[in-house]
Amino acid sequence: MTAARTATRTVPATRPAPPSAAAIGLARIGLELRLFARDPGQVVFSFAYPVIMLAIFGSVFGDEVVLPGIGFREYFLAGIAATGVMLTSFQAVGTAVAEERERGDLARLQTLGTPALSYAIGKAGQVVVTTAVQLALLLTVAATAFDVALPTDPGRWVTFAWVVLLGILAGTVLGLAVATVIGSARSAGTGIPAFAVVLQFISGVFFIGSDLPDWMDRVAAAFPLKWLVQGMRSVFLPDSAAVAEQAGSWEHGRTALVLAAWVIIGTVVCARTFRWRRAA
Amino acid sequence: MTATSPAPAPAAAAFDDGAAVRVRGLVKRYGDRTVVDGVDLDVRRGEVFALLGPNGAGKTTTVEVLEGVRRRDGGDVTVLGEDPARGGRAWRGRLGVVGQSTGSGNALTVRETLDHFARYHAAPVPTAELLADVGLTDAARTRVDRLSGGQRRRLEVALGVQGRPELLFLDEPTTGMDPVARRQFWTLVEGLRARGTTVLLTTHYLDEAAHLADRVGVISAGRLVEVAAPADLGAELRRVATVRWLEHGEYREVTTPEPAAVLRDLVAASPTGDVPGLTVTRPDLEDVYLQLVAAAEGETR
Repeated sequence: MTAARTATRTVPATRPAPPSAAAIGLARIGLELRLFARDPGQVVFSFAYPVIMLAIFGSVFGDEVVLPGIGFREYFLAGIAATGVMLTSFQAVGTAVAEERERGDLARLQTLGTPALSYAIGKAGQVVVTTAVQLALLLTVAATAFDVALPTDPGRWVTFAWVVLLGILAGTVLGLAVATVIGSARSAGTGIPAFAVVLQFISGVFFIGSDLPDWMDRVAAAFPLKWLVQGMRSVFLPDSAAVAEQAGSWEHGRTALVLAAWVIIGTVVCARTFRWRRAA
Repeated sequence: MTATSPAPAPAAAAFDDGAAVRVRGLVKRYGDRTVVDGVDLDVRRGEVFALLGPNGAGKTTTVEVLEGVRRRDGGDVTVLGEDPARGGRAWRGRLGVVGQSTGSGNALTVRETLDHFARYHAAPVPTAELLADVGLTDAARTRVDRLSGGQRRRLEVALGVQGRPELLFLDEPTTGMDPVARRQFWTLVEGLRARGTTVLLTTHYLDEAAHLADRVGVISAGRLVEVAAPADLGAELRRVATVRWLEHGEYREVTTPEPAAVLRDLVAASPTGDVPGLTVTRPDLEDVYLQLVAAAEGETR
């Protein structure tokens, strides 16, 4: 009986190896971008929020001079660009992952044997593309509508690139980590944006760094956003503006170190706690 | 634990190609509630096995342990030769899973969804073929979040069989489907079976189990109370027949393990040799199932 069944079996006994984690990750980037593009709320929020903020603050405080030779718009552009990076990475990923887990999308990926790395690649790839579009839009509007002079020195754009890239990586892994720790999509949907707003205020997005109380700056220094903002100022403001920072300099070394440390911490937390399903 | 459990087959059992699923003494608790309470189960390669049971009986939990998505608290489990708790990618690639929950869907169309998930498999079934098999060809360009509940179930089934699994888990696959879709699904399962796929399905529907399954296991209150071919299910219970006849204008009924003897007496007692309104019925699958479940639930109370 058993022998007869085995003989007539047409399911292949040996099957080809499943596609690589990278191949599935690539497919997921395409999927994530497509889903992003079809979510009007996400698109408008990610792309329009920084531009609208720049328009409001630029119009209200546009004539104020922050430091000798530096207008408010230049100063604020750095802060809002850093905020944009945090929104498209940390906030977008954190809320989306919690939702996808609750909806059972992740349970399907688990039963398909999807490597967690492929899922992370998909998220990171989507964040890279959406952040690039967002920043391109923001800088174009700043340069054309608000007469902000963008840097011409290639060295500054190199700084811009590594600051943004580290910010994206840190935001993505921390978003993934936070979504797992929080669990419910509802809590993630309210908690993460609320946290992001507080972080913006204490990290000097809206205020000048040296105006913040010392304790507040120290709290902010523990999180990535302050360093992202400071890194952006070092790109868009003249070096003379560095005196306005708490440390009196741009602190590139420390910025890279803190952001890299958060990338590592986030990755370790993800690797140890990531779940496809909510705990039963 | 291994020492105390009765192990009929020695070392060779691990290499037995006849078993796609082998479960011994499976236990799963949520807090202090035991939802699976010592289940033993064998599913042979190439068969369609139906787990039948009421809500909360432990069907889904059992299947989820076998799929490797839920930890167990006790017992030995082997699925396609591996312990599901340690199964890797290659092992998962040999399984197909249609879970009970159906997501609310997203902004992708049916075809986009199938094309996307095709990229997770080494040798996926072509999308057009899948669409035809589950009857979604006409809905291929519809967004998943605009599908009806039944259509979404069909998409789930398509995703479950896309990777040409050796073993397919179907957890209440036809819930929410209309009768036409259910028949179409049955045909799909029959086709899979003919190609040698092993299927383990859970269902509430007795007709579905009777139609599709080679063997049925009735699970109730976390225990497997009987395993048999649909026609042999509850053989003990079925041996009892109900004899009914008309006597002095009123129906009378006798339940007996020996209906022939009752008939003989009836005929002998009748002056004309005729018995008006005579029927002899045996319990059908549903009667048997209800009795099995009631007995198991009574035991645990």
